[in-house]
Amino acid sequence: MDVLPFLVTQCLNALSQAALLFFLGCGLTLIFGIMRIVNFAHGAFFMLGAYVGWSAVHWTGNFWVALVAAPILVGGFGAAFELGILRRLYGRDGHAFLMVTFGLTLVMGEAIRLLWGVEALQVQMPVSLSDIVFILDEPFPIYRLFLAGSGVVVAIVIWQFLERTRLGLLIRATSQNAEMVHALGTDVRLVRSAVFGIGCGLAGIGGVFAAPMVTASLGMAPNAVIDTFVIVIIGGMGSFLGSMIGALLVAFVQVFGSYFFPDFAMAFMYLIMLTILVVRPGGLLGKEA
Amino acid sequence: MLTIEGLNTHYGASHVLQGVDLVVPPGRICALLGRNGVGKSTTLRSVMGLVTPTSGKVMLDGVDIAGWQPHQVARAGVAYVPEGRLIFPDLTVIENIKVAERNPAKAWPIPRLLELFPSLRERARNKGAHLSGGEQQMLAIARALVSDPKMLLLDEPSQGLAPLVVRELARVIQILCDSGVTILLVEQNMKLAEAVANELHIMVKGRMVYGASPEKFRAEEAEIRSRYLTV
Repeated sequence: MDVLPFLVTQCLNALSQAALLFFLGCGLTLIFGIMRIVNFAHGAFFMLGAYVGWSAVHWTGNFWVALVAAPILVGGFGAAFELGILRRLYGRDGHAFLMVTFGLTLVMGEAIRLLWGVEALQVQMPVSLSDIVFILDEPFPIYRLFLAGSGVVVAIVIWQFLERTRLGLLIRATSQNAEMVHALGTDVRLVRSAVFGIGCGLAGIGGVFAAPMVTASLGMAPNAVIDTFVIVIIGGMGSFLGSMIGALLVAFVQVFGSYFFPDFAMAFMYLIMLTILVVRPGGLLGKEA
Repeated sequence: MLTIEGLNTHYGASHVLQGVDLVVPPGRICALLGRNGVGKSTTLRSVMGLVTPTSGKVMLDGVDIAGWQPHQVARAGVAYVPEGRLIFPDLTVIENIKVAERNPAKAWPIPRLLELFPSLRERARNKGAHLSGGEQQMLAIARALVSDPKMLLLDEPSQGLAPLVVRELARVIQILCDSGVTILLVEQNMKLAEAVANELHIMVKGRMVYGASPEKFRAEEAEIRSRYLTV
């Protein structure tokens, strides 16, 4: 085995994994930054994205429609949940949010079971992406390249959105001092609904991206939510850049760890998290907790 | 402009504002004085909607805004400069101002604000956290003005500032008043309050106990100070 082709393909592999994790971690960290709440249901929104994506592909036969429709529907559902339920809980302590979002996870899991059944659902990837390319004579799935590229594109879009748009500015300001934004004439409740919707929509798009590789299944939510929490704890709660770094770190450890030390790959991930919690309790780029 | 009638505000069980009455006529600068903890900041926060008063009226140009949400009060033309400035630390000077610029400013567009506060012009791309206390105060005022307010609530703007900066602050407050902005100023710094205010009001334990022109106040200053202001 040549070292270079192996390294290149595994790095690309890790990048595609990082893209998936980033869709999840970025949304969770945005929501935490604005609302100071941990959205335990984040994995469930990821799962919902996969199922909605399956239906969209099933009805239209077009993966690209799924990629647009799922985040909009999942994000809309998230925003509606914030408007209808979470909004009543502001001012209470964090336990209320944990309970309610954990409850939502259970409800969504059951609802998905009723609507889509218990069987794992295979989502057909678009023909144009289902092939294999050779990178330095190593075979590599095009879909994973596409995933890594999409991660980069989405990261740039979110970054520019936060830096250059009015809503992005309000989101950054609200994460620093919500009351002041409110007193300066912006209804911060709308900012919160928007951010919760955007965060859930990002989880939803992650679900669609993941579905062709892992199938849409009821086990998606708990696996995803744990990885996501690790990323956000490593990167720092509320930090956009931190979620990017956390996703890259976790993905590389998962990919290379499971190749060299298959039995310990998971342990490495938690070891990193533990080290960071000890050395920098607020996360790499987080404010001190 | 602003008429407060019988305003009561509670923080939990503690009765902070106990029937506050205050009239701020248009185009005037009213200073609100008093010892720590008598309810001066709470009066401003109640007007702003940041705390919900339990009873009483807050009339802004004849409309009762008591109990409105903060963004509604802001949109009705009231701008707020909080105690401790509360600048957004990770946003630049310009971004801090833009948060409050909901519509393109007419009376106080950003170029005019930078003219009024030359020190901010040099720091335009700096983050809020990197400004000095005086610069942060000027930024907090600039941020309030960009919404073209008819009424400005200033909470202890001189706190922690050097005398020279306080003098600059007095100059700015006078300019704002001359341009037609009505100002309600909460201050501990008697010099600043006396220098700019058209009316002085004193609070004790959640009530208004004194109101007078600066001339009248100066005539009876020694007595009033020892009775209401010194600890």
